[in-house]
Amino acid sequence: MSEPHIESLQWEDAANTGRVDAPAGTGPAIGPPTPHDPVDPNALLQIDNVTLRFGGVVALDDVSFSLRRGEIFGLIGPNGAGKTTCFNAMTGVYRPTFGQILFNGAPISGRKKHEITRMGIARTFQNIRLFPEMTALENVMVGVDAHHHTSVVGALFRLPRHWREEREGRERAMALLEFVGIGHRANDTARNLAYGEQRRLEIARALGTNPTLLCLDEPAAGFNPAEKDSLLALIRRIRDEGVTILLIEHDMRLVMGVCDRIVVLEFGRKIAEGAPAVVRQDPKVIAAYLGVPADAA
Amino acid sequence: MTTIDKPPVETPTAPATPQGPLGRFRQFTGSARRWWKDLPWWGRLIGNVVIFGLAALLPYAGQIPLIGPQIITTGIDWNSSLFVMTYYVLLALGLNVVVGYAGMLDLGYVGFFAIGAYTVALFTSSDSLFHMQWSWLAAVPFGFVISMIFGVILGWPTLRLRGDYLAIVTLGFAEIIRITANSTPNFLRGDRGFGSLPHPPGSWSDGTKIFGVRDAKPYFWLGLVAIVLVILAVRNLDRSRVGRSWLAIREDEEAAEIMGVRTVKYKLWAFAIGALVGGLGGVIFVGYQGFMNSSTFVLQFSILVLAAVVLGGSGNIPGAILGGALITYIPDRLRGISDPITHTDLYQWRFVLFGLLIIIVMIFRPQGLIPSRRRAMELKDRAREVAPQ
Repeated sequence: MSEPHIESLQWEDAANTGRVDAPAGTGPAIGPPTPHDPVDPNALLQIDNVTLRFGGVVALDDVSFSLRRGEIFGLIGPNGAGKTTCFNAMTGVYRPTFGQILFNGAPISGRKKHEITRMGIARTFQNIRLFPEMTALENVMVGVDAHHHTSVVGALFRLPRHWREEREGRERAMALLEFVGIGHRANDTARNLAYGEQRRLEIARALGTNPTLLCLDEPAAGFNPAEKDSLLALIRRIRDEGVTILLIEHDMRLVMGVCDRIVVLEFGRKIAEGAPAVVRQDPKVIAAYLGVPADAA
Repeated sequence: MTTIDKPPVETPTAPATPQGPLGRFRQFTGSARRWWKDLPWWGRLIGNVVIFGLAALLPYAGQIPLIGPQIITTGIDWNSSLFVMTYYVLLALGLNVVVGYAGMLDLGYVGFFAIGAYTVALFTSSDSLFHMQWSWLAAVPFGFVISMIFGVILGWPTLRLRGDYLAIVTLGFAEIIRITANSTPNFLRGDRGFGSLPHPPGSWSDGTKIFGVRDAKPYFWLGLVAIVLVILAVRNLDRSRVGRSWLAIREDEEAAEIMGVRTVKYKLWAFAIGALVGGLGGVIFVGYQGFMNSSTFVLQFSILVLAAVVLGGSGNIPGAILGGALITYIPDRLRGISDPITHTDLYQWRFVLFGLLIIIVMIFRPQGLIPSRRRAMELKDRAREVAPQ
């Protein structure tokens, strides 16, 4: 890796040890974002040597990969491999112990969650976390609101911007509900939707924030094969709208069918990366999923 | 390998057919609510105007044949009781924004009421250190602004706290205000308080002052106007991006933040708006009183206002109004009634009876008398979490 990268790594490290008095401008991590990866200028999201520790547990160990614009990228691995941890680091829930995550060339660690959302990363949750007492439409409108500018004063006095944004927000939210196929449930509270509809609503709410990168955390969990198929079709349609997709799954068959590229994690380490056909043949991946035969060890 | 996750949000079973008087009552309130919701906008507007017209006539309620004497017993100074109702309703509306909408438990709401009141007193009273002796009206905007500033000052460092921790900090805040007042004999004057506070301006055509000492009716109407303004403001906020953000924060703060809601900002706004309305209550209170001291701003006051919000139905404007009115009316209604055993005034038993009433309401209608639908469902969810079947 190049010299400036190491410097920025050190700065990340310093920030994590609680030294808040580091003068501004000492590291390239501050200041205008610089194109970082000389290899892949197409990278939308770049994970650079990310390590994440919880006490003595190393949840992610020096993981690097990058997502290209417009692809469907799979992050897979057995249970406990660090998929969701990696995901949480990308969306600002956890802060990497070492390394950094660049989105569109700008580092995202240290930013607040709502700022990361505004940068263009949206996510869904493995265990559904809708706003249960809001209607489906209102749930999506919360997402759409992320890019609205009506102030409290504007809402109080019903300024023109309030009306405009309310109308736009409602129309866009409705369009998104139609897009994911639950337009007919717009006025039902989220808690009254069927399980599959709730998963789709989560996707619509995330799309409401107008993301360039949509991260789906096990969106097919608990789905039967027919539901999985229609979900995959939906994911492809979202990609066709120009949204890059990061898909977390541990169901190999599902991921193989839809992803352009895949990274396989095991025990917090990257063990394989590449096209589905290549990854599927990788002995390390097979071992991770099926276990190592005694005579092969 | 597939996981079979249980759906975390259960779909509720179909509502059972209502049984018993309570069930029939619920069915009635439900259909009344639906009828109201289905009215065209002008129908609801007319309805609201009629309701507030009737509310403005409340001082004359004693003259209704048969019912009047039941509403006003001999012990009540009805007009001043109505006025006290208005500022309790105002406070309940303000606290409802903090507790009901944004879901933050504030136990020190009286602090903002006190700041509004003290600000006006400092600017207007002849006892004040500043010797400014402004008119009531000139001091009013400062009452708003300064209580709002204190809302932000308290909110900024504390809104990282949640639930019980926030409640404790706010509790301390109100006590700090009261104790500061008690320990600064020259500035906030403790028990000695501020005298000769001016009343709101204006006079009738015959030259007598509208806001005098004898008649509390004009103060009640002033309070009613303030209530209408606060309702309009709160309703506008509730039905906008702001209200959605508050609701999202209340339901799942982390998910809200990940969906781009600036949680700290909106919680701070809820706090500031609550503080402003609390200050408004204090400002109106001072305009009526003529004299005030630190003994008004006791903890019990905060608890009563919170009880009003919870009793009426948290997260709901009509609920807050009903709660605030009941919390003043019920104790007053007990005046002048002799209790059959000790032959003392029932008013002395007000806290016992009042406590009993709250316990009964909380057992049979934990979501409050006029609940917000959403809050009611959330309560059920929480009850299920605590006691899974």
